[in-house]
Amino acid sequence: MLKISDLHKSYPIGDSSLHVLKGINLSVESGEMVAIMGSSGSGKSTLLNIIGILDEADSGVYILDGVEIKNLTEKKAAVYRNKFLGFIFQSFNLINYKNAIENVALPLYYQGLKRKERQKKALFHLGKVGLADWADHLPSELSGGQKQRVAIARALAANPKLLLADEPTGALDTQTSYEIMAFLQQLNDEGKTLLIVTHEEDIAAMCKRVVRLRDGVILEDKNVEQVRASQYV
Amino acid sequence: MFDLDLWREIFQSINKNRTRSLLSGFTVAFAIMLFTILFGVINGLKNSFSEAFVDDANNAIFIWSGKTSKANKGLQTGREIIFKNEDYEYLKTEFEDKVEYITARVYKNVEASFRNEKNNYTLRAVHPDHQYLERTIMQEGRYINQRDIDHKTKVVVIGRLVEEDLFLTTTPLGKYINLSGIQYKVVGVFSDDGGDNEERMIYMPVSTAQQVYGNNDHLDQINLTYQPTMSYSEAIDFGLDIERKMKHRFSVAKSDQRAIRVFNMASQTKSVNQMMTALGFIVIIVGLGTLIAGIVGISNIMIFVVKERTKEIGIRKALGSKPVSIVRMILLESILVTALSGYVGLLIGTGILEWATPVLEDNFIKDPGVSMTLVVGATFTLIIAGSLAGYLPAKRASRIKPIVALRAD
Repeated sequence: MLKISDLHKSYPIGDSSLHVLKGINLSVESGEMVAIMGSSGSGKSTLLNIIGILDEADSGVYILDGVEIKNLTEKKAAVYRNKFLGFIFQSFNLINYKNAIENVALPLYYQGLKRKERQKKALFHLGKVGLADWADHLPSELSGGQKQRVAIARALAANPKLLLADEPTGALDTQTSYEIMAFLQQLNDEGKTLLIVTHEEDIAAMCKRVVRLRDGVILEDKNVEQVRASQYV
Repeated sequence: MFDLDLWREIFQSINKNRTRSLLSGFTVAFAIMLFTILFGVINGLKNSFSEAFVDDANNAIFIWSGKTSKANKGLQTGREIIFKNEDYEYLKTEFEDKVEYITARVYKNVEASFRNEKNNYTLRAVHPDHQYLERTIMQEGRYINQRDIDHKTKVVVIGRLVEEDLFLTTTPLGKYINLSGIQYKVVGVFSDDGGDNEERMIYMPVSTAQQVYGNNDHLDQINLTYQPTMSYSEAIDFGLDIERKMKHRFSVAKSDQRAIRVFNMASQTKSVNQMMTALGFIVIIVGLGTLIAGIVGISNIMIFVVKERTKEIGIRKALGSKPVSIVRMILLESILVTALSGYVGLLIGTGILEWATPVLEDNFIKDPGVSMTLVVGATFTLIIAGSLAGYLPAKRASRIKPIVALRAD
């Protein structure tokens, strides 16, 4: 699914630069559910952004679904993001003046689908996350968990090959976090590939593989016995 | 290509971000409203000015005589200068290529009567060219012609108010009017923009008046217009030339201000035209000023709008929006808001002008108004300037890396 080798990234800070990623090697197969762990500043979010084509690496090779991601034009990058990737953010990043179904339909709009088809697909995915009845509500009228579920529905709408989640439970209480994790596990059971950035051990334990980052290098990469979130719900 | 979905997006964005849309709309509407009102008022001022000076031909030169105030060439002061037909002919031939129209005038006060109505009027005995000099407008019949001059016919042309005073309901054409005991046939009725006094005038062939009132060939005044192709300075020189030659002809001292007087409209027209030019400058400055203020306002708002939408742009990019569609969305939205509110500003501006017209017309501002072309042009300028001003921030926003945009709060 994705293959990364010897990836480097630094950010300029004033006159000097901060070396965030110092040679990352990682490959993820289809159907995996990977947690990327690390304390803040370990480079985990930067890695996720590069995988999500939201950011560019300074050097190294990144191959996504057989395509090398390198020196893309903005237009190309937009097409790849739309086709390959679904994003779930810590702060949900819903467009606040659009209601739930319009938010979910947005990636379909950028795929060039017709309005009716968009509505139909969006409603289907909202139904999948159990929010079909909330389709006409604005984000401000939804709880945190509901917002994240709308965001998940939006990420799923374009039927991406890879779902990227940046601290998906970071803004939620424990109970809601487990609900979201149960849902993500269910998606993985259905065959979706997931990459989840987190710094919480219990969330990481609900994945199938844990990659630990520290100071820009991979410290540990091991498969774990998956804890089912549904038992806590 | 009309993209319904794009417009749906834009309308939603406008509708859901009312404060922002209203704010930018208000700036544009206000600029266009000010533009309309200021332009309208200044146009009104211009109208009043040109109207105040359109009564007579504005290329006219009037020449009349008086008594000498200085001794010259052995002749005493107090000598009366009287123009005669030969002087009229002299001016006509001497300045043939510079004179457009020329007429003499003989003044008399007469008591006119028709049936039981009578009244006192001023009589002007003139040449046919007088019609063009005075900008007399014929309502009925004809003006004095050359045949009248040659045959000294007893005909008159009367003003509209003379007709009203004397003829009541009968039509005056072909009727005989009694002027101080002599019957004259009315051949025409005229009107004049110069006011009531001008319309209480009676015109008669100059030769007839000379024969009837004094049996001489005296003239009270000679009026002429110079060729309109002449420049102001040429015209002023022409006036001075006439004065010099006439003074020489009558042996009047060069410095004598009373014996022969020449009034040249060119000098007055010049100052009126200068005033008009000044007003034109004010119009341009006011117009440009308002437009620039509007453009600056729109640019600021566009920068603010893009800043406010940075995060939204990041989200859209993460979901697969191409940079082009981001720029298009922001620009079309701002163009729509600008165009609509420009129209609203135009409506309000013309509405206020309309409403204030009665008050303004009492204050020397006649018929204030702006041409539609001008305001539409101004609105388009604002739209284009707004788009240009919005294009740069929109373009920059479309280039922001989504990760940076998403981090913005």
